[in-house]
Amino acid sequence: MATQNLQSYELMVIFTPVLAEDDYKAAQKKFADFIKENGGEIVHQDAWGLRSLAYPIAKKTTGLYWVVEYKAATDVNAKMEIQMNRDENIMRHMITRLDKYAVEYNGRKRNKLSEAASA
Amino acid sequence: MAKQNDIKFLTSTRVEKRQKKYCRFKKMGIKYIDYKDAEFLKKFVNDQGKMLPRRITGNSLKFQRKVAHAVKKARQMALLPYVTDLLK
Repeated sequence: MATQNLQSYELMVIFTPVLAEDDYKAAQKKFADFIKENGGEIVHQDAWGLRSLAYPIAKKTTGLYWVVEYKAATDVNAKMEIQMNRDENIMRHMITRLDKYAVEYNGRKRNKLSEAASA
Repeated sequence: MAKQNDIKFLTSTRVEKRQKKYCRFKKMGIKYIDYKDAEFLKKFVNDQGKMLPRRITGNSLKFQRKVAHAVKKARQMALLPYVTDLLK
């Protein structure tokens, strides 16, 4: 098939805090592999870990955050939505499309972080 | 009766000139407002969590809309509360 132009997206997911550490990683891996299988490529993954929510979701006041920036074809997101709605570990998820300024912003932010880490 | 011009005031009556508001995004050349850093978005939200109008934030229309989108996304992902008290 023609090389589809890959749009860049950003997925943010809140897992239920009851997840153990390895379940958390397993869930991340599951979705990361899902993106790769469908011809997407992961630019950057960032697990924020346990954070307190601004308001309780599903009677829980904390959640495990996970942010992924990836490039994928346009139809991958719909399939992923179904997967995420079915998955009961996920309290809430949001996919946003990144325009070129957003991608540049994320890139710059990562460089700053890596510089700060290395400095 | 004292005429208008011969009333003298101790201090000058010129009201101090209000500093002209400017759009911080245009001035600093920020192009993308990230919904993930809630600290920055808190500048555009009052302490009940409600969004501030343009006349207070001084943003241009284009960037006020971008801020509004970012705040709504942050609220959706529980980074910012919908309504609270003493947010700041």
